[in-house]
Amino acid sequence: MGEEVREMIFSEFFYGMIGVALAGFVTLARVMLGPSVPDRVVGVDTLNTLIVAGMILLGAAYDRVIYIDIAIVYALLSYIGTLIIAKYLQEGLE
Amino acid sequence: MIEIIIYAFLAVSVTFNILGSLSLHRFSDVYTRLHGATKCTTFGTIFVVFAVVLHSIWQLRETNNPKYLQMALHSIVALIALMLTNPTGAHAIAKAAHLSGYKPAKAVIDAYERKIRGEAQ
Repeated sequence: MGEEVREMIFSEFFYGMIGVALAGFVTLARVMLGPSVPDRVVGVDTLNTLIVAGMILLGAAYDRVIYIDIAIVYALLSYIGTLIIAKYLQEGLE
Repeated sequence: MIEIIIYAFLAVSVTFNILGSLSLHRFSDVYTRLHGATKCTTFGTIFVVFAVVLHSIWQLRETNNPKYLQMALHSIVALIALMLTNPTGAHAIAKAAHLSGYKPAKAVIDAYERKIRGEAQ
């Protein structure tokens, strides 16, 4: 492993990404265990926010701006997904 | 000096994200879980973006590479998108959960139920 790669991977943002990924796994346990449907929806909504944070951190750790652009698009699309699931819970898809 | 501030921002963000995900297991109800998880993860992500913006502005001053200006501006756009969509999504989930029949577990007064039935507050 070259010195440049080592510096990129072991930067402070990569350690932050590991912490956010740990929080994501804890959230994923609630998505799998959740006793009712809205519990799982809350877990998925939290997981979307954590994924956006992790993408921004990885974009800073690897010096790639394209990861942050993908984070913007992911935030908007996951919002649409949450709204569709909420509408389906409320009155069904018609 | 700037590195210490970046470390502090990252520590705050990771702490609040982990606390927000733990609140999903601590609370007992859909609404209390929504309350804990949404607010904590939004606050944590705000500090993630602060750390990235500080880092990229510092790198912009060091190296004069316009890539870092792009990184700072796009992080701010991502933060604005997240801050607009996260509370409205949580509100939609709470309203849908109430209307689909999941009542608050230990609530004494349910004002939204009264409003639906048309009773006086």
